[in-house]
Amino acid sequence: MATQHSRSAARIMIAPAVILLLGWMLVPLVMTLYFSFKKYLPLRGGDLGWVGFENYSRFVTSSSFWPSIATTLTLVVSVLVITVVLGVLLALLLDRPMWGQGIVRILVIAPFFVMPTVSALIWKNMFMDPINGLLAHLWRAFGAEPIQWMSQASMPSIIIIVSWQWLPFATLILLTAIQSLDGEQLEASEMDGAPPVKRFWYIILPHLSRAITVVVLIQTIFLLAVFAEIFVTTGGAFGTKTLSYLIFQRVLESQNVGLGSAGGVYAIILANIVAMFLMRIVGKNLD
Amino acid sequence: MGRITLENVTKTFGDVTVIPPLNLTIEDGEFVVFVGPSGCGKSTLLRLIAGLEDVSGGQIRIDGEDATNLAPAKRKLAMVFQSYALYPHMTVRKNIAFPMKMAGIDQAEQDRRIEAAAKALNLTDYLERRPGQLSGGQRQRVAIGRAIVREPSAFLFDEPLSNLDAALRVGMRMEISELHKKLATTMVYVTHDQVEAMTMADKIVVLQAGVIEQVGSPLDLYRAPRNRFVAGFIGSPKMNFIEGAEAAKHDAQCIGIRPEHLTASASDGQWKGVVGVSEHLGSDTFLHVHDTGLAETMTVRVGGEFALHHGDTVYLTPEADKIHKFDAQGLRIE
Amino acid sequence: MARSVTTRGKAINTAIAWAVGLLIFFPILWTILTSFKTEGQAIAAPPVFLFFDWTLENYAIVQERSDYLRYLTNSIIIACGSTVLGIIVAIPAAWSMAFVPGRRTKDILMWMLSTKMLPAVGVLYPIYLLFIKLGLLDSRAGLVIVLMLINLPIIVWMLYTYFREIPGEILEAARMDGASLKNEIIYVLTPMAVPGIASTILLNIILAWNEAFWTLNLTAAKAAPLTAFIASYSSPEGLFYAKLSAASTMAIAPILIMGWFSQKQLVRGLTFGAVK
Repeated sequence: MATQHSRSAARIMIAPAVILLLGWMLVPLVMTLYFSFKKYLPLRGGDLGWVGFENYSRFVTSSSFWPSIATTLTLVVSVLVITVVLGVLLALLLDRPMWGQGIVRILVIAPFFVMPTVSALIWKNMFMDPINGLLAHLWRAFGAEPIQWMSQASMPSIIIIVSWQWLPFATLILLTAIQSLDGEQLEASEMDGAPPVKRFWYIILPHLSRAITVVVLIQTIFLLAVFAEIFVTTGGAFGTKTLSYLIFQRVLESQNVGLGSAGGVYAIILANIVAMFLMRIVGKNLD
Repeated sequence: MGRITLENVTKTFGDVTVIPPLNLTIEDGEFVVFVGPSGCGKSTLLRLIAGLEDVSGGQIRIDGEDATNLAPAKRKLAMVFQSYALYPHMTVRKNIAFPMKMAGIDQAEQDRRIEAAAKALNLTDYLERRPGQLSGGQRQRVAIGRAIVREPSAFLFDEPLSNLDAALRVGMRMEISELHKKLATTMVYVTHDQVEAMTMADKIVVLQAGVIEQVGSPLDLYRAPRNRFVAGFIGSPKMNFIEGAEAAKHDAQCIGIRPEHLTASASDGQWKGVVGVSEHLGSDTFLHVHDTGLAETMTVRVGGEFALHHGDTVYLTPEADKIHKFDAQGLRIE
Repeated sequence: MARSVTTRGKAINTAIAWAVGLLIFFPILWTILTSFKTEGQAIAAPPVFLFFDWTLENYAIVQERSDYLRYLTNSIIIACGSTVLGIIVAIPAAWSMAFVPGRRTKDILMWMLSTKMLPAVGVLYPIYLLFIKLGLLDSRAGLVIVLMLINLPIIVWMLYTYFREIPGEILEAARMDGASLKNEIIYVLTPMAVPGIASTILLNIILAWNEAFWTLNLTAAKAAPLTAFIASYSSPEGLFYAKLSAASTMAIAPILIMGWFSQKQLVRGLTFGAVK
């Protein structure tokens, strides 16, 4: 319901945002596509001509490709499982009556506000350092040999760090969803004699399914792009090279832009597949 | 000045025609009420005049000038919305001042008009409050205040009383009528309530499905409804319609008789029936009479109290010269 | 859920919840505590928890060694600059979508959000190249632009959901009152949407403050914000726990405090309105 005046005004007003985002999306995308078909080594001769799909096949056949996919999947899936399971438990816990609920909630949310470089560094040095780290002290207190986290258990280390960062997000959203659950529905099931485990399984969990989907999808987007946590801890060594990090290394460290760009195209395709699912769910909520 | 002319105005939303070609003239200083059942297009028509919607065809002229494509702000009209649409973040004073601020009127003049409006609308004590701290009636007054300070060429009201309770509604009705007498500015008022239409209007426009069924003064519409729709819509309680043999006696497809034009008697009369529910209002009693063989229910207005009870036999007699006759198309037969 | 619980049950809940809460918060707490220790105490075995000689010397050393204030200034300028710029571009766009929705509004919104999902690493080199060409590398202006662009979809989305709750009749009233479109937005829409705009600003400052891909890759020294300041501590130089802690505390404190204040609004922004 609007007039011609307001419709044309609307078009003008939305234009800056659309044009900016279109530029932000198209210009680098086209450049990435362009480079991906070239042999392009900025420090070793620059543009060495068209190579067709060679970069694409080289990227996929390189010995690092499949391990990086495996690493990426391990990271994403592990963090998702940990944050969703713990998130549901935490949300259930925080939903119960207690003293100082507000403060507890603030404590739980805090990691989300810590910048990735900081959380990676304090975990790496102050907790996971095999000599002076707090965990090493803890291991020794129990007479065990401290773990060389960053080298022997590099993936678990990164998974722990990233999970710690994302657990608040999952908890916050799941808590919001639990709080929107109709209390009478639970009371009715209690009256019907359903034990707590069944109540959780048949009433709470189905109610949370939508929120869990949202958590999974949004986190997936961000987890696929995990960068700083690897950058400041292992630097991609010890089997922690994700697809994103592999591309980063190809482009900036080995300065093989063509190859990196082909990898970038793969990453974009991967992200778009995830995005399509997310958009569907969000889109449904618009009306 | 505030003469509004609609010429062949149409409005369609996609494939749906809300208003087929429509012609109407609203004279300067007139109080015109658009009335009709919900969804009849009356609010759309008002929004077309306001410029909040584009016409799909035809022309709107205000004081002779083509306003069809003019932005709402440029039409010199003021509107009072159903929800009042007050600015919640501004005080009453700032709400009322807003249109003047937009028009660039100087501060002294603004203050003068605000004081005058506040005094006229009993808002002087509330000028520094926010809309959230006011009652429904007060908010309504602020909305009216905001409209009058602009000194518009016409006021548009979109069901302004529908959010008020019954008692307040009667009071506000009088205030708006009073305001019209005082300002003598054109007012276009939309309502679904025929009582508001009858009591306030100089001219009523009855709408159904975007089509004007009749235009006239309240009493014209009451005395000589052009068709069955208007006859049934204007007047409360509704007119009784009788079809079949009784109507044929008057050479009509259907005859109508208003409840107040029937007399009821316990002993004799033209039509016989059984008393159903009777509504006692004190000053009047409305009898719902069944089993007359004429219509399912006949409503009769009886002055004062009435002694018959549920199930009693009653006789009804119409005033012969108050019978309305309609043909097969539902049009009035003179 | 207002369900009656015994005091004992409540006490148990409280104990468990506090224990878990403190466990999750512990890394941050430990960092803050360590920042007040001497380097010797920071690596003491067994670790000292509260009973040590509190000192502020680490903060002084960090400021001296790394020029914290310069990074802080960069972080503030980049986070606030990109947010303000984003808001200015997003308000008109959100107005259009919320109050003059057309057939394609939803598609445009979805498309905007989908740009957020473009993996940064996929377009790193082109942006890097463009930045060199445009002289934006290691400049605050460059980062302000990039962070504005990556957060713009979220800003538009959040404002859109807030604007939709404002009744259109009030804007129509403004139009009838003679307000131009500009005045309608400045005097009526924006003041009414202040709470929503405020929480949008908060969330975006947090996101921009913590952004650690573009800020690390597009800066060197001049324009580097706190994310890069901290990354410079990633290679240990002798005893450095206390200093690392002080630096970390300084990097996260502003945003931690801000985030706590705006946590309620955050849920909404973070879920794109998908969970009510």
